[in-house]
Order: sequence, then structure tokens, then C-alpha cells
Amino acid sequence: MNQSKLKRSDIIFGKYTPTDYNVLEKTVKRPPEEIISDIIKSGIRGRGGAGFPTGLKWKYAATLKSDEKYVVCNADEGEPGTFKDREILLRVPRKIFSGMAICGYVIGAKKGFLYLRGEYAFMLPQLYKDLEILDAKLKELALDFSIEIRLGSGAYVCGEETALFESMEGYRGEPRNKPPYPVVAGFRNKPTVINNVETIVTAQTICKIGPEDYANLGTTDSRGSKLFSVSGDTPIPGVYELELGMTLADFVEEYGDGDTKAVQVGGASGFCVPRKKFAETIIGFEGIPTGGSMMLFNNKRSMYHVLQNFLEFFCEESCGQCTPCRIGTQQLRDGLKAIKDKVKDEDYLETLLGLTETMKLSAKCGLGQSVANAFKSIVENFTEEMVY
Amino acid sequence: MEQLIQLTIDNIPVEVIEGTTILDAAKKIGVKIPTLCHHEDLCVAGNCRICVVEVQGQRNLSASCATPATNGMVIKTNTPKIRKTRRDLLGLLVSEHNTQCTTCYRSMNCELQLLASEYNVDNNIFLSVLKESDKKIDRSSYSIEKDPSKCIRCQRCVRTCSELQGVNALTVAHRGEHMRIETFMDLPLNEVVCTNCGQCVNRCPTGALTERRYFDFLWDAIGDPTKHVVMNTAPATRVVIGEAFGMPVGTRVTGKMVAAMKQLGMDSVLDTDFTADLTIIEEGTELLTRLKKLIVDGDKTQKFPMLTSCSPGWIKFIEHMYPDHLGHLSTCKSPQQMFGALAKTYYAEKKGLDPKNIVSVAIMPCAAKKYEANRPEMKASGYQDVDAGLTSRELSHMIKQAGIDFMRIEEKHYDSIMGESTGAGVIFGATGGVMEAALRTVYEIVTGREVPFKNLDITPVRGMEGIREASIKLENCVEAWKFLEGVEVKVAVAHGLLNARKIMDQIAAGTSPYHFIEVMACPGGCLGGGGQPIPTNEEIRKKRAQAIYEEDANMPKRKSHDNEEVQLLYKEFLGEANGHKSHELLHTHYTKRNKV
Repeated sequence: MNQSKLKRSDIIFGKYTPTDYNVLEKTVKRPPEEIISDIIKSGIRGRGGAGFPTGLKWKYAATLKSDEKYVVCNADEGEPGTFKDREILLRVPRKIFSGMAICGYVIGAKKGFLYLRGEYAFMLPQLYKDLEILDAKLKELALDFSIEIRLGSGAYVCGEETALFESMEGYRGEPRNKPPYPVVAGFRNKPTVINNVETIVTAQTICKIGPEDYANLGTTDSRGSKLFSVSGDTPIPGVYELELGMTLADFVEEYGDGDTKAVQVGGASGFCVPRKKFAETIIGFEGIPTGGSMMLFNNKRSMYHVLQNFLEFFCEESCGQCTPCRIGTQQLRDGLKAIKDKVKDEDYLETLLGLTETMKLSAKCGLGQSVANAFKSIVENFTEEMVY
Repeated sequence: MEQLIQLTIDNIPVEVIEGTTILDAAKKIGVKIPTLCHHEDLCVAGNCRICVVEVQGQRNLSASCATPATNGMVIKTNTPKIRKTRRDLLGLLVSEHNTQCTTCYRSMNCELQLLASEYNVDNNIFLSVLKESDKKIDRSSYSIEKDPSKCIRCQRCVRTCSELQGVNALTVAHRGEHMRIETFMDLPLNEVVCTNCGQCVNRCPTGALTERRYFDFLWDAIGDPTKHVVMNTAPATRVVIGEAFGMPVGTRVTGKMVAAMKQLGMDSVLDTDFTADLTIIEEGTELLTRLKKLIVDGDKTQKFPMLTSCSPGWIKFIEHMYPDHLGHLSTCKSPQQMFGALAKTYYAEKKGLDPKNIVSVAIMPCAAKKYEANRPEMKASGYQDVDAGLTSRELSHMIKQAGIDFMRIEEKHYDSIMGESTGAGVIFGATGGVMEAALRTVYEIVTGREVPFKNLDITPVRGMEGIREASIKLENCVEAWKFLEGVEVKVAVAHGLLNARKIMDQIAAGTSPYHFIEVMACPGGCLGGGGQPIPTNEEIRKKRAQAIYEEDANMPKRKSHDNEEVQLLYKEFLGEANGHKSHELLHTHYTKRNKV
């Protein structure tokens, strides 16, 4: 470990004073424009996976005129192989709440929501305790802002921001048509900033350490550090904070079990990288961006089963409303099996790859659009395993 | 302020109002983008994805039905990428679909079939993912059949039931591959809160939702020499039957329809308009009686406003949703049920027939009429008054089955007795028509003069706005109705059950300012009924309405009380309006039902 080529970082979990809301107190004394400018300068992009520049989102929301605006923290961590938000929620929840309050102050929202994954309900007692402390602090600072916690019910698609709003409004969790985007018409069709847990905490951290220090981390295209959920065939699974821009080879050297044949970067909706591409693959926006899920597979694993497992997941977790996602996922799963079972011949893989393109082009939301990622990268890199 | 924006679609510049969707902008320049989940009557869904187009600068394709056009947009609607995508999407829908098109009731009038053929989709490109559980057809309802194996999950039915009707009998259940359209707890349709209005059927692009068919029953009756088949046709049927034979929407085909039915072998082809006129006499008298009891006798228990009761979807709706307010309903049966009760009594008597040998069949614009015919209380004649209610679609089917050349058939007149009608009866087919017909008669009874509207056209109650209101002042009343002198009768008209709900909420709150309200379950009234030709939209409904009013304007008699056969019926059989026999045969009671 001493010769690690990875750059560790410790800004998310570091320096947590349980009773202190100093960052919040200091930050809300500054003009909102200055805070936005800092967030933009830091170069941080959304940590949920999509990577939209956070500062621009806040800036746009701040300029919109509306009687109501909302801050929503997306804690519906559902991507297979991702468990970093869970750690944040357990270890530094007050950073989340103060980050939300800062965002509320900046954009002019009086109400924030934490949309918590149903399986994380066990955290509620502690979160409510921390909220009480926040409320007291907000009162002291005379900030008109409050946070409510809403529980999800276990649907993966509700992590999609517009499906999340539908769920919060009491409807079936189905993604909406976009545009309009959440920042214009989000929760209750009001301007809403919705950020991933890690994004909010990072924004709060930037307010604390300043944009320059933060921008020194990572690379030009991928500023900062990020949490990684490391799982699969690794001797040391867990959550790690690393600077962006590392190569996958360096990552595997540290976390692999010596026999790593592939890494699934970004969960079921991410990309599979085979060993021969480890050295050239950069983890970051210049290479493969990720919400943080890193699943390692060693040579004992059948990539066919890995893919079938992902597809089964998508067949279950698609909301079912749009054609390409609802039926496309089933066709990919059943088609792959048909090839394996020799019901369809090898050429059928081409039809299925063509179908993933259709799904990518036409699915209503990110879920259906990204099924293609895992399918294509696994099928193309491990064709023999799919067919024989 | 409406702002105009410019964009380019397939190299053609087009100017539209900001907010217009790409789909509508394309329509403006004659580019038809295929759709499935889109319906003009409903909100945007954007879930079938068939309407995808290329927007310059966008990585992915955009659903044109759900994407607003913006200034300077450059759009392509027909590129290899788009065609491949649409073809794949259609292939996917087909793979989830029961493709036994040859035997499907909606074959040749199915939007999926049409597009799959247009895009030359290979039925075997994908594996079938049709679920075993979807192969179970729900035939529990008298009115509607639900065949999930033909459902493409476009949710038009769901949106119809919620946005237009406010009933929510159908909804989306489960997710992913298990997602399907279900009733509450997937109960059979006859056990859930469904009004049987059939609006979902009208908007279903495929054969997943259809009316329950009764034409085989009817063919058997026609073929049975011991049976005397009496058929009556609802007002709104005569302006739509032509649509099934390629005639323009809004073509009046009364004579042809009658002739075709005679050729089918009916023993007697009669007119529901006759009992529509009768309804006006009974309902008008009921309204005046209620007013008299209130004003003269001081009987405060009289329920106002009085509500019309012709629309069986509306009746089922109020029974479920407002069971404590059933007293507001007129006790008059619908024209269909009045007809049935008279067919097996008065008609049988006059024709010297044994009522048990009479088969009474109604041709209706309606799906709910099937349920109504089977209501247990509808046995005033001692038999089931109406043996079957068929939709206008079923009649068109029968005409085709019989090989009748509808375009060339010579027009014929209705038979007698119970075949005469007036223009007032005809306009029952349009929203506001019952109200207009009632006012024409009631006003004249009370004042001795015709309603003070040019050509008897009471235009304030006509039109397509969801709720319309009007008032008419009663002046210089005849002696018997002097107590109504100076009264301003306030009326309202509502169509579509969502509008009915607004009217009822007012009544429940005790703030309804009206004396008399007409409610029709279906948008546009019966002409937009759940048994009418598919497709439907506001433009189609307006054309049908125009045809109805033309039919009225061309009738020699236009007031229900001028119907001589109706007068004869009272003289020979019923005695007086709202009299003992009327109550026995022509009036009914209602049932309180649950909300779930």
C-alpha cells in the first residue's frame, strides 16, 4: 500500500465536528453570487453519474424567478455496486444538511428534501436528531429554510430525478419528458436543484476549503476527488476517496486480487473494461465517468452471467412506460440466452447490438439509454463467453 | 403574449407559436409523424417513442409529441437512423403483442397493425415476450372486454379514464417487464368502479379494449322464425354509420341505415328518437311537477337541481361517486329502456304478439347501454326489456358481414308504430340536446308559446365547452302554470364525467344555482359515445354534432310534444304523463354503490 500510485484524498469524511455548523454559518454571510462563482471555479460536476456542472445548475436556479424553489438531495442510491452515499449518510450527515442549506440560501429556496432510499430507513432516527440541530442553527442564523426527509420504496428508477419528483408528489415513479429540466420545472413543477448526496457534501466542502484547493485535486477535465464503492473480487472492498484521473491499471493494482479480468465501472448502467484496456482507461470525464461503482471480476467469473444478472436487474427495474426500455431489456436478456442455448445463431448478437443503439437513441430516460453501455461493452469484449 | 418562432423541418421552414410541439409543427407543413401513445384529447405521454425525430445538436432522438419546438431548431423526421429506430420500436411492440391479427375485432382499424405494415416490420425479428398471464381475457363486464395480450401499454385508456372521466378504473400496475394496465387489484371489470362508458375503447389504438359483442346473439334471433326482432336506433347512430364505409365524418345516413337494417332481416326497424320524445314529455312533466310541489305546495324535500338520466355511464358514475345525491336524478328511464319496456307491452299488444317471442335490440352509440340493458330492475314488461344493446360499430360490422353495399343501398323509412320522431328527439345525440328538447317543450307548456329562439335553436346550450349554462325567463304563463310567472329557469349542461363531477361537487356543497342539468358521460354527448366509430377527436365530434343539428333542422316536426305517435301512445295506452302506467313502465330507481 505504501507504494500506491493512487492519490488518496480525505475531504469528504475528514474533519467532521459533530456539533458544528461553522461552514454553513460562515458561508451564508457571503453573497450568493460569490458562492456560485466558487462552485463554478472549483470545476465540480455532479457525482451521481451524469456529471452536469454543479455550479451552473445552481447559477441557473438562482436566476429564475419563482414563488417557490426547492433543493432536493438525491439519496436514492440504487445503482448496483454503489454504497458510497450510505457511508456519507451514516458518517457525515450534517455536511449534507448544511450543503443543502447553503444551496437553499444560494438559489433562494426555503424548502429542502432528502429523498432517502427505502432500504436506508434505519438511518432515520439519527438523521432526525441531526436535523434538529440544523433547525436550531438555522433559527440562530435567521435562515428561512427547512429540510424534510422522504422515503423511497425501493424502485431503482426513482433515482432518476424526474421519477423521484413524481414519487415525492405521490405518483407512480416514472420519468417525465424532458425538457423541461428540473432546474426549470422540478418538484411540483417549480425550479428545483437536485443533487446527489456526494455532490452536495462536496459543494459544502468547497465552501470550506475554497475552490482553488479543490481544483488542485484531480485532472483538468475531472476536477476533484470522488468516492468509489469498491466491490466484487477484491480483498479490500469498501468506500475510498480518490482523486479523479487515475488509470484503471493503477486502480486494479491496488484493489484487484491479482486475477482481475474485467472491471465494471459505473454499475449496471456503466461500462465493462477488460484487462487489455486497463492501462489506457482513465477514470474520469476524459475516460469513463462513474457514479463511483467499481466492480471487479476475476477469471473465475462468467461474463455471460454477469451480463445476464445486469439485464435481469433492468427487466425488473425499468419503470415499464416506454417501449425501448420495457421490451428492449427483455429482448436483450432473452436474446442472449437464446444465443447461448443455440436457439438463435451467433449473428443474432448483431441484431441485439443494433437494438441497444435504438434503446440509447430513443429511451425516455437515462435508465433505458444506458442499458446499452453494459451490454455493448461486455458483448464486444467477451463475445466468446456470450456465444459458447 | 404568443410569440412566434421559426424552425426547419425536413428542410422546410415553418413558423409556429412558442410551445407548439415538434409533432404539431410538422403537421402544419403536412409532415405526418407516426404516433401511438399520442391522442389529441389527452395529455402528452411520450412513452411509445414511435414519433422520435432528429434534432440537430442533440445526441439522442427526441419524441416529437413531447418536445416543444424552439426557435432555430433544425429537425429531420425521416432519416435512416429514424427509420431504423422506429422499425425496431415497432418490432418490440409486436414482440410483446398477440399478433393474431386475422381474427382481431380491430383488424384493419388498428394503429399498431397499420404502422407495423407501413414500416414492413419483420414479425420474427425479436423473440416473443408475450406473457402467459396476459392471455387471459376479461369478459366479466357486460360492456367492455379487456384483452391484455393486445395491449401496447400506451396508457391512452388510463389517461382517458383519469383526465376525461375522473373515474380511474384503469391504471398502470407493476413495473419493468411486468408493467401492465390493470383495474384496482386486478379485479374483473364488473367488480370495480367502472362506468362502462367505453371512452377507453374509443381511444385504444389496438384490440386490447373492445366492446363486448352481441351480434351473434342477434343473428341467432333473426334466424329464429319464432322470434320477432324489433330494433331501435339511437339518435347519434344515424350520423356515424357511414364512417365505417369510408364516407366523410358528419354524413347523415338515416335512410341508408334503416334500409340496411331491414335487409339484415329485422322484423321491425324503429326509432329510439320516438322514446327520446317520450322522455321529454315524461321528464318535462316531472320537472314541472317538482317545481309545482316546491312552489305551490311548499314541499322543501323536492330535489333541485333535477338531473337528466339518459346516459347510463353517468348513472353508474353518480351511483358510485355521489350515492347520497341520487334524489336529484330524474326517475325517467333512458330512451333505450323506455323503448324496451314498451316494445314488450304496448307494441306487442298493438301487433298482437306474445312478448316472450319479441327480441328487442337497441343500436346505440354507447358501451354502457349494454350494462343498462342487463340491469336487474329493467324488467318492467315482465321480461328483460332490452335483450341486447349493440354499438354503432357492431351494426357496421353486421352490415359488412351481410355483404350489404351500404354506399348503394336505397334509403328507407322507419316502420311504425314507435318509428315516428321529431328533431327534438334527434338532438339527444349531442351534448345539450336533451336540454334543448326539454326547453322547447316545457317552455311551450308553461307559456303557450314557442321558445324565444330563432328557428327553435337554443344556441346557448349547444357547443363543446365542458360545462355550459343558460337561463330562460317564464313570462305570460298560461293559467295552469301561473305560479311560475317571472321565474328564471336556470339550466346547465355538462359532458364528460370530469365535468359531471364539478357539477356534482357543487350540488353536494349546496351551492348549485340550477334548476335542471343535463349530464352526458361522454365528451360531446352520445355522438362521442363509447360505441361510436374509432377514431374520435374534437374535430370529429364537432362534425358529428353539426350533422345532428342539420338532421334536426330538416325534420318536419321539431318539438317532442308534436310527435303524433307519442300522443297516440298516451291516448291509447299510457293515459297521462307521469301517470300510473308511466311510472310502472317508464320510470326507475337507482342503487347506492361503493366508491371502491
